[in-house]
Amino acid sequence: MELLTPNPGLVFWTTLTFILLLLVLRKYALPSIMRALKVREETISFALEDAKRAREEVEHLEQKKNKVLEDARKERDAILAEARELKNRIIEEAQAAAREEGRKLMEKVNADIKKQKEEALFEIRDAIGQLSLEIAEKVLKEELADREKQKKVINTYLNQMNLN
Amino acid sequence: MKFFIVIFLLLVGSFSVQSEEMTSSDENEGSFDVIGLVMEHITDAHQWHVLDYTNRHGQRVHLTVPLPVILWHEGKFWFFSSDRFYHSSEPVALGNDFVVLHDERFYLTDFDGTIHTDKEGHIVNASVADFSITQNVASMFLSVALILWMFLSAARNYARYGMAPPKGFRAVLEPIILFVRDDIARAQIPGEKADKFVPFLITVFFFIWINNLIGIVPFFPGGSNLSGNISFTATLAVCAFLAINLFGSKSYWKHTFTAPGIPFPVKFILVPLEIIGMFTKPFALMIRLFANITAGHIIILSLISIIFILKSLYIAPMSVALSLIMYLLELLVAVLQAYIFSLLTALFIGMSTSKSEH
Repeated sequence: MELLTPNPGLVFWTTLTFILLLLVLRKYALPSIMRALKVREETISFALEDAKRAREEVEHLEQKKNKVLEDARKERDAILAEARELKNRIIEEAQAAAREEGRKLMEKVNADIKKQKEEALFEIRDAIGQLSLEIAEKVLKEELADREKQKKVINTYLNQMNLN
Repeated sequence: MKFFIVIFLLLVGSFSVQSEEMTSSDENEGSFDVIGLVMEHITDAHQWHVLDYTNRHGQRVHLTVPLPVILWHEGKFWFFSSDRFYHSSEPVALGNDFVVLHDERFYLTDFDGTIHTDKEGHIVNASVADFSITQNVASMFLSVALILWMFLSAARNYARYGMAPPKGFRAVLEPIILFVRDDIARAQIPGEKADKFVPFLITVFFFIWINNLIGIVPFFPGGSNLSGNISFTATLAVCAFLAINLFGSKSYWKHTFTAPGIPFPVKFILVPLEIIGMFTKPFALMIRLFANITAGHIIILSLISIIFILKSLYIAPMSVALSLIMYLLELLVAVLQAYIFSLLTALFIGMSTSKSEH
């Protein structure tokens, strides 16, 4: 029974001590501890929020970057295709022009050759005529020493010429 | 682990010294006074017993710390050292009367210091109002010093480092504070009011826990059975009662005194029950803490006493092993009882402060 009987002295000291401890802790210790814990919690939750937002932003940027890259690639492909086409066309045109030029040149050359050939032929004919005349002169001088003979020969030539 | 071994060596050592004393005084019966030993350890004392030993001259030496004795008599306080009561058989003069210390209680006597008993053995001498710094009170001061040191140094570090993650001692303290705040206060007390009760609940938790821990340290600065003392638990229960009822909401009082929604005749039964319930809740808190801590002390002391009852050294390993298990259990019980006391207090506060009807 002695164990179950409260002792007024101990009750008094416990009350006093407990109330003083409560007051001291509430006044001097707990405010700064609780404030620090609250600040830390809030900071952590803000930081998490920030991190989440940053991650979303990064994702957004990533998408944007991919889109830009895709666009750039498409444009490059288009430019390349166009360039290739242009190159082919230029080559073709150049080839065609060259062919035309060559053909024209060849025609001109051929014409020149033909003309020169004709000229050469004329000159040759002239030269042959001249030579023929000179030869004929000499032959005639030789042959026309005798009158009769002369006549005959002339007639022969004349006949021949008429036949020509 | 080394620490526990030291604890047990000291424990066994101190008991063996006492058993010599006991057996030599009770040699006629040849028995070992277990109840006396247990009661001596779980009740309060006016001096702080450290060690007994026999010196080389064969004399018994009682190494104790004398504590101040404060008595209230004839309208004023009287201060003594407890040495004056323990080490002399002479009664001490207290104004016109004399006072003796008998079984840790002060009684007024004649000048010759005799204690009168009636036929049933009850002491008939008047007792004196005793406000001494007993062993329990000294132990309580020690616990308060520890708690203040813990919290004030932590508070200073929080003020200095604030945001940084807790290091060293704060890393131990902080989870407990957060636990009390989140899982005891905020979980049980609705809304904004929870934070208002956090200092009270933290104080209750640490006051009980640290005192429980000091109580299970078996040698000098510990060993007092403060949190297993009914005066201590009763005081805390009264504090809990005040915390529950002083901040009670209107609906709580309405619920208690009018029992709304109940048929009128039943109210005559229910309202007294509710009023009794107001008192039984803290009463249960008081008994629970007292019984748990005292029972733990009694079990450990009894297990150790088996060695001296059987007067055999061979039983010692079993005794020590069992009391080791009990010690580990007591470490759990120490924190568990602090948790249960503060949790139930928070629960009752939550019930009394909530605005909603139950």
